[in-house]
Amino acid sequence: MSEDIRVLTARLADEPSSLAFLELAEALRRRGQLDAACKVARGGVSRYPGLADAHDLLARVLSDQGDLAGAFDAWSSALQLDPMRAGALKGIGFLYFRAGDVVAALDHLQRAAQADPDDASIPVAIARLRGEVRENGGRHEAPAPSPAPPAATPFEGIEGGEEGFLLVDGGGLRLGGMLRAPSGEDLGDRVAAQLAGVSREAARATRILGLGPWHSIAVESPNGQLILAAPTADTVLLTARDHGIPLARLGLLAERAARAARSWLERVG
Amino acid sequence: MSTVQGVLDRVTRVPGVRGALLVSAGDGLIVAEQLMDGVDGRAAAALTGSLVGRLTRTAQQAGLERPAFVHLRAEAGSVLAAPGPDDLVLVAVVAPDANVGLARLEMIDAAARLS
Repeated sequence: MSEDIRVLTARLADEPSSLAFLELAEALRRRGQLDAACKVARGGVSRYPGLADAHDLLARVLSDQGDLAGAFDAWSSALQLDPMRAGALKGIGFLYFRAGDVVAALDHLQRAAQADPDDASIPVAIARLRGEVRENGGRHEAPAPSPAPPAATPFEGIEGGEEGFLLVDGGGLRLGGMLRAPSGEDLGDRVAAQLAGVSREAARATRILGLGPWHSIAVESPNGQLILAAPTADTVLLTARDHGIPLARLGLLAERAARAARSWLERVG
Repeated sequence: MSTVQGVLDRVTRVPGVRGALLVSAGDGLIVAEQLMDGVDGRAAAALTGSLVGRLTRTAQQAGLERPAFVHLRAEAGSVLAAPGPDDLVLVAVVAPDANVGLARLEMIDAAARLS
């Protein structure tokens, strides 16, 4: 074991709640000790689920391990917490390039360039991809398996299916999901219209109050409960259930649905 | 001590609560406040009043009754809101390590006592 890893391991053992896991996992990754790096990074994500750095780090490790779907999910999580995180945008751009989708790769790299204008590697990569687009019309021979094709709905495989979820764009239009009244009437479009701009409003409130990016909004009513989350900067996901499910568990379900929605949006977008 | 100040006192005694205020949701104005330094009460009142109004309309469109509690969770803390009678909303700004469960119970109970 090298000296720096020994020191970082000791520091993390002394203070398990510290952020030393970030340095330790990165040091392990750079030395090619990917299994150990993955274990440390997963521990960090588990302890700090709201820390974009932790998800970004886990994504880099998983990418090095060849777990591209896992890396995609981890970078998507980092972007939910920090929509302009250049490293995650570059990472997802790289995955799209590997998957053969040069246009989506280019889109992510352009956002990365906006987020970090000082990173000289991004314009170089963009220029290269633009060349690919000119020569091949945006398709590139994929050297590795692509992420799974997009599902028909954002919530395939999530408890409850489409029912009780509503994915809404910034203009208050429904992207997916379904919300029904007890009579069976579909309430989705009316609720979606109310959610236009709610993400910006929540972001403004938490920014002005010095609380950083917002993660979720829980709304408890006597006859039901809602959780709002932002799978991406421009969308809002509403999860609705009755009181048969505890609110904290509903929060976990909403997080899972938000991850699924984010992956779906990345693939169909 | 007035009822309102008693309500704010109860909420701010919960560990991690950085301030509490009573807001008129319709116009976003402060009715009463008890805040630590650094918490912008006027901004908290205006922004929370507006957000709670929108969430109340959303809940109603979804077939739900008027919300009893709202929790806006952010990276460095949370904003909690418990709508009370007469368009009043009891609002608390809390640190990330606050006891949100206790604050929620105190706020729902306190908001009901405002009637």
